[in-house]
Amino acid sequence: MIASLLEIGLAQTQELSSVGFDLVNVFFGLIAVVAIAAALKMVSTANVVHAALYLLVVLSSVAAVYVLLGAEFAAATQVLVYLGAIMVLMLFGVMLTRAKIGKETDLDYEHRWVGVLVGILMFAVMGYSLIEEFGDQKIPNDNYAPIQTEAVANEIFSTYIVPFEALSVLLLAALIGAVVVARKD
Amino acid sequence: MFLAAAEAASETPWIFENIWIVPAIPALSFLLIIAIGKRLPMKGSEIGLASIAAVFALSMFATYTWVDQIGFTGGHSEESAEGDTGDAEYSETESLGGGVQSVVLDTPGFAAAEGDESSEEKTESKPVPNACFADEDTGDSDDAEYGDDVDSADKDAESQSSDETDSGTEASAGIQTVSLTNPSGSSVYAASDGYETRGEAIITDTCWFKTGADSSTASGISVGTLVDGQSIMMLFVVSIISGLVHIYSTDYVNGDRRYTHYFAFLSLFTAAMLFMVLSSSTLQLIVGWELVGVCSFGLIGHWWEEKPNSDAALKAFLTNRVGDIGLLIGMIVLYFGAERTFDIAEINRQAVAGEINQLHLSVAALCLMTAIMSKSGQFVLHTWLPDAMAGPTPVSALIHAATMVVAGVYMIGRLYPVFWEGFMMPGTNLNAMAFIGGLTTVGGGLLAFVQRDIKKVLAYSTVSQLGYMVLALGMGAYTAGMFHLFTHAFFKACLFLGAGSVSHACHHSFDMKSDMGGLRKYMPKTFWTFMIGTGALMGIPPLAGFWSKDEILVGAQVWPGTSSEKPGAFVDDGEGFWLAATGGGDGTFTIPFIFGCITAALTAAYMTRVIMLTFFGEYRGGGAHDDHGHDDAHDTHAAADHDDAHDTHDAHGHDDAHGHGGLPHESGSRITIPLMILAFMASVVGFLNMPSGFVKALGLPEGWAHRFEDWVEPVGTGQFPAIDHAKPSLSLAVFATGLGLISILVVRGYYMKLFAKDPMATEYTDGLASKFPPLRALHNVLENKYYLDHLYSGVIAGGTTGPLARAAYWVNQNILDGIINTVGKTGVLLGRFIYRFFDQGVVDGAVNSSGQAAGLSGQFLRGVQSGQVRNYATLMFGATALIVAVFMFAV
Amino acid sequence: MYLNQFLIFSAILFCIGVYGVLVRKNGVLVLMSIELILNAVNINLVAFGTFHGQAAGQVFALFVIAVAAAEVGVGLAIVLLIYRNRRSIDVSEADLLKG
Repeated sequence: MIASLLEIGLAQTQELSSVGFDLVNVFFGLIAVVAIAAALKMVSTANVVHAALYLLVVLSSVAAVYVLLGAEFAAATQVLVYLGAIMVLMLFGVMLTRAKIGKETDLDYEHRWVGVLVGILMFAVMGYSLIEEFGDQKIPNDNYAPIQTEAVANEIFSTYIVPFEALSVLLLAALIGAVVVARKD
Repeated sequence: MFLAAAEAASETPWIFENIWIVPAIPALSFLLIIAIGKRLPMKGSEIGLASIAAVFALSMFATYTWVDQIGFTGGHSEESAEGDTGDAEYSETESLGGGVQSVVLDTPGFAAAEGDESSEEKTESKPVPNACFADEDTGDSDDAEYGDDVDSADKDAESQSSDETDSGTEASAGIQTVSLTNPSGSSVYAASDGYETRGEAIITDTCWFKTGADSSTASGISVGTLVDGQSIMMLFVVSIISGLVHIYSTDYVNGDRRYTHYFAFLSLFTAAMLFMVLSSSTLQLIVGWELVGVCSFGLIGHWWEEKPNSDAALKAFLTNRVGDIGLLIGMIVLYFGAERTFDIAEINRQAVAGEINQLHLSVAALCLMTAIMSKSGQFVLHTWLPDAMAGPTPVSALIHAATMVVAGVYMIGRLYPVFWEGFMMPGTNLNAMAFIGGLTTVGGGLLAFVQRDIKKVLAYSTVSQLGYMVLALGMGAYTAGMFHLFTHAFFKACLFLGAGSVSHACHHSFDMKSDMGGLRKYMPKTFWTFMIGTGALMGIPPLAGFWSKDEILVGAQVWPGTSSEKPGAFVDDGEGFWLAATGGGDGTFTIPFIFGCITAALTAAYMTRVIMLTFFGEYRGGGAHDDHGHDDAHDTHAAADHDDAHDTHDAHGHDDAHGHGGLPHESGSRITIPLMILAFMASVVGFLNMPSGFVKALGLPEGWAHRFEDWVEPVGTGQFPAIDHAKPSLSLAVFATGLGLISILVVRGYYMKLFAKDPMATEYTDGLASKFPPLRALHNVLENKYYLDHLYSGVIAGGTTGPLARAAYWVNQNILDGIINTVGKTGVLLGRFIYRFFDQGVVDGAVNSSGQAAGLSGQFLRGVQSGQVRNYATLMFGATALIVAVFMFAV
Repeated sequence: MYLNQFLIFSAILFCIGVYGVLVRKNGVLVLMSIELILNAVNINLVAFGTFHGQAAGQVFALFVIAVAAAEVGVGLAIVLLIYRNRRSIDVSEADLLKG
């Protein structure tokens, strides 16, 4: 499903940029519904492995949304890093902590309503302010043309070179840190 | 003057534009030591030494450049006007506002740099250029140009060096009138000896970030360096003393288990102090302020394995947090008061020009005063400083005597217009600053009498001398305060290092009574340098302390003949209604003056006590002890009835076999050479600021008088209040020195008699304190440090936690309930959520688990700290959403 | 298409993620919820980037992805350590900060 969504998205956006945007809206609706449903399942399922799989669905949907937005490189990276690396890491985590394969009873906090309330409160605040601020603003049609990877590269290696370097140091530090923290001794 | 400005349009010296290198070097050294220090042959100290050498070289170069700009020897009207012949001239000065002389700029180098400032005359003082709004002075700030502005702001990181020299007239209108009106009013006089704009700050800053979309509401925060006389002075002091302390430490801390760590912290401290000293915005000042605090914390707790040391470190840190609240509030008030700027020069300019609301200034000054009280050990918040002596002695010398603790004093000087205006110094008889300073200087001096730990005596002496500086600044004697800071750094560092050398010889004890005595025979170099430092501290004439202390006493303008009759007004239009006609605290700072005189006597007395106990008599430590010394000490203390840890230690001290045995010996050259250098400095730096009368009497060139003042005190920059200078008085100098000498003789006589009776004794068994109840009571109060520690830990801390918890619970039960029950609809929904969550989820959970309602009150506050990350996250997210909601709907 | 489509979609994902962080007991599940939050933020970044026609939005999304990778690595290491010490990854049991 994911792969097909992606493919269709990739193919469609390029064509559709000249045709019209109804189909894109349909796609977006589909992706959004799938993503939200999967996310809800992820935070409510009683099976850790299932939760990881639902997360997989959400992450792929997000990649599809990137494609819709013309951010191809980000979509590719999302697939590579999130679906590829981070999900594997997550599954390793599930495995190494010997989670039960199957349903577990005690995965949630008893006072679930606290989380619900905070979530709804935050959504109310964010939703209100978003509608207030960007109520009728549309993304210009021209902007859906995929941003070339070259442009992204140019940005990274000119304007954002210092954050980029800092990021590489951060990754190195995280690597060492993870080894040190998780080492058995 | 335009001619002069044109001539002076040379480049800002390279060193001033790139002064940021100076703090960057030790910062780099800190990182290097942390990273690779342990693997190096000298365990990292070589990096520290190399960096401090580089800092020293650059600082000397910067100092030289600065002094060169001002001129090594002066030659302006002040010399001829002031001094002993000046009385007649100034007494005739009446015409305030009239007879304003134009300004001749005879100092090249302060000039308008690459600015395209047209040199048209400006009648209004101009905002200090800010890197974030570089172009706004010149052009009208229209929105169209704004975009370019943003871009160029970054590139314009180069010098925004003061292009205000051309606005000298502006300054002369308001500020320079004070000094310019000369009796004859002849323009010739002014042209030749005119009072110039001097000590203009050189600001090199860069835009850090800007906020706001259009230039009318935009505010930018620029960071950079500010070089003026005051920061150059601190640069000089910090680099010299830090350098010497580095050298000293290689011997003193040698073999320590955290040797590398120690040098890393020294480097970090040096970097932080220099960063603070050179900061151009109050934000940087705060950052530097906190950084030096952290280093102080780390170094006090250097030997943290022993509980008292880590306690002392915590005490220092926490006491400083109290003041930091004031610092933050004060800086924020200033930020808004000065129309959203953190720029120190701009804040100062606005304060001088009266553009900041008087109320804002007063509030800011009071809040900042709290910060100064904690950092500079002023009374009621000074208690951490003596405890801070738990750190290694070189650290005490560097941080807790010479540099960090004067950060508060430095900040007063840095934001002097704020304090000057905020406390309305020219118009009041006594302000908070002078009063706190006076109280501190006497209170600290008294406490120094009852200490038996040599470092604690010096610590209280530092408290007392810091009080002196604050006192001076509170009286408007800016140069005197700064000069005392300068001289004090040298002689107090000398004393501390000397004390360290003494303890090095006495098996690392600092107890004067049990482990010292007669040391002059064993360690002559230490003895003589210590004597010089002591003499300087007491104010014995040719030594440094004499000049600065005398200047402070003169600055009170109480002694006949010292009061300057120049008007203290700096408000140009004469609308400063609160200014008395004679102004300038003329003859009104009587109480601070009395405090100052008392301290002069006290200082001499307690330092004589230290000298006598440490260097005279017989050596009481080690193998040279015999038994009756023990009896003396024991009986006295039993009689005086204390149960301090020190005393119990002392009571057994004489029975201890020291193990090391042997007589004390002179320390190595890495310890004595810094001592000698400091002693040399302590004896000569005073000559930097000789009064002109003295210079004349000695027949020296006139330009040698008050050089320090010319170098450090800015004049006519528009960023500094016009301070009238008191006139030095020979009789006052004789009087103050006499006070000191008398106390020296009295105390010396006391100990000579004692030693004649018994060379091992440290005090009379039947002394006054044991015979005379009021004195004994006083002694007890002093022994207990005015009970301030009991007040803080027992009464305040103990008294607040219980009731606070109870009050919080009561508020929760009664007031919150009430609010929730009465407010309707939506509010109730939100409120009930909080109520439920707090009360049901957290409080009840905690209460039920803990049992009965007896512990209810205390448990409430604990309950929030459940340790559950989830609860913290819930609070964070919920509160964020609520705050945003409140801002959206209410604001 | 409206900009808000994406923003509200991202807000929904964000709030679901917050719910997950607050409610889940299993450390790995908490980490997954955090990933959800980060992804929601990324959608915002990319959407605004497209809205303004700039590549910067994507660039920052990439940075966030990289930081998230680092975060997951360290986070899982911590979870493993907790597991090793307590034989359980129930985050409610890790309450040593309790006052």
